[in-house]
Amino acid sequence: MSSEKKGWKDIEIGCVVTEPGSAASYKTGDWRSERPVRDNTKCIKCGICYIYCPDAAINEDEEGYFEADLYYCKGCGVCAHECPRGVITMVEEEEEEGEK
Amino acid sequence: MTKGKIVGLEGSFAVAEAVRMANVDVISAYPITPQTHIVERLAEMIADGELDAEFICVESEHSAMSACVGASAAGARVFTCSASQGLELMHEVLYIPSSMRLPVVAVTANRALSAPLSVWCDHSDAMAIRDIGWIQIFAENNQQAFDLTVCAYRIAEDKEVLFPAMVHIDGFYLSHVIEGVMLPDEEEVAHFIPDYEHPFVLDPEDPVSMGCYGPPFIYPEAKKAQEVDFTNTKPKIQETWDEFGETFGRYYSPVEKYKMEDANIALLTMGSSGETAMLAVDEMREEGRDVGLIRLRLWRPFPFKEFRDAVKDVELLVVLDRAISFGMGGPVCSEVKSALYDKRKDLSIVGFIGGLGGRDIPIDGFKYMVNRALEKVKMIERGEEIETEMIGIRE
Repeated sequence: MSSEKKGWKDIEIGCVVTEPGSAASYKTGDWRSERPVRDNTKCIKCGICYIYCPDAAINEDEEGYFEADLYYCKGCGVCAHECPRGVITMVEEEEEEGEK
Repeated sequence: MTKGKIVGLEGSFAVAEAVRMANVDVISAYPITPQTHIVERLAEMIADGELDAEFICVESEHSAMSACVGASAAGARVFTCSASQGLELMHEVLYIPSSMRLPVVAVTANRALSAPLSVWCDHSDAMAIRDIGWIQIFAENNQQAFDLTVCAYRIAEDKEVLFPAMVHIDGFYLSHVIEGVMLPDEEEVAHFIPDYEHPFVLDPEDPVSMGCYGPPFIYPEAKKAQEVDFTNTKPKIQETWDEFGETFGRYYSPVEKYKMEDANIALLTMGSSGETAMLAVDEMREEGRDVGLIRLRLWRPFPFKEFRDAVKDVELLVVLDRAISFGMGGPVCSEVKSALYDKRKDLSIVGFIGGLGGRDIPIDGFKYMVNRALEKVKMIERGEEIETEMIGIRE
């Protein structure tokens, strides 16, 4: 995000944020340990996952299917829990090589 | 010479007069002994139309400071005051104006903390908030309670400062004792603290976000900026006090000296006990002893340079603490020692704790401390361990 590389002398007094809507640039997807993976062959496009997502991180595509925006999705699993058709499975994020 | 008149005022009313003359916009406070008279007097002033301000009644000190934060963020000049348990209940919110850089001005009528319950003076409440980024100034008498409160607005609102400031007056010793106070001409005070504009205010026409989430990538930079700016307030504080002196004839400095010329022994006090200590120094001087007195007027930011200068010719420094850092001794003494670490190997520093919970320290108490400190220096020279002594304690 824009303020990520700011040095201490460049911060506004009191760490005031002058850019409106700057929270949108914060990548909450970094928090995720599991990602939602969908099997759209079972999906009835009911939109319950979209309604329940606590971060409004799910968007509807042109065909009416729903997909999580992984920039924001924290991997909470609420969508998978609420989906009436079992479309969504939470799959563990793979660790980067060398991290183990 | 400045216009004005001398009026008999208790310290609380002297503070209220300063706040009235500062023409504050918003006051929010919750009464607690020994601060109550300040709030009562200000509420009366507003009710009687002597002060055009909003008094926000709240259910706690936590809310009082929260209201002050909000009002200050909207650009208002604000005031609050508290003491002891009340200041502790306010504690969580005290961090907010110092990190959001809001020039809230507050007065604390210093009081001990429970238990046992004590409404009387010591500096435990002041010490509990020393690490949170408020400018902390200690008054010694009612004139200073007035003057330093006026100055606190000018200091806090300076564009190169923008930090909250707290004036400490000793509970009862100042808050409830009537002394002659020179009240200057109101217009001169208004001229001394003109209207100010914060670079950022809450304004729907020009929105900003304050007190935002600070993830690890930005939090340390925010604290670095706060620490550097806070330390850099020192010259502005002195400049303001100098200008106050030129205008009103009373001068203040972060470290004030009394009879320190040629003194080999120095007492060090903060707050009202400096007045008694001066009498003790007078008597000891008459006895031919080379004793002087140093009073710390500014506690935060700590005036390292001025302090080191004040003790440069001293061989023994005797520090009085009116608070305990349990398991560590006196907080003022520890800090004084750290301020001199690596600077003065030849200076003996002996700390005493006294005046807790309103226990008086008479003139003889200060003489005792000096004599006892000399004994302790000999003990230290013999390699004996010495502990911080609490004076006047019954066995």
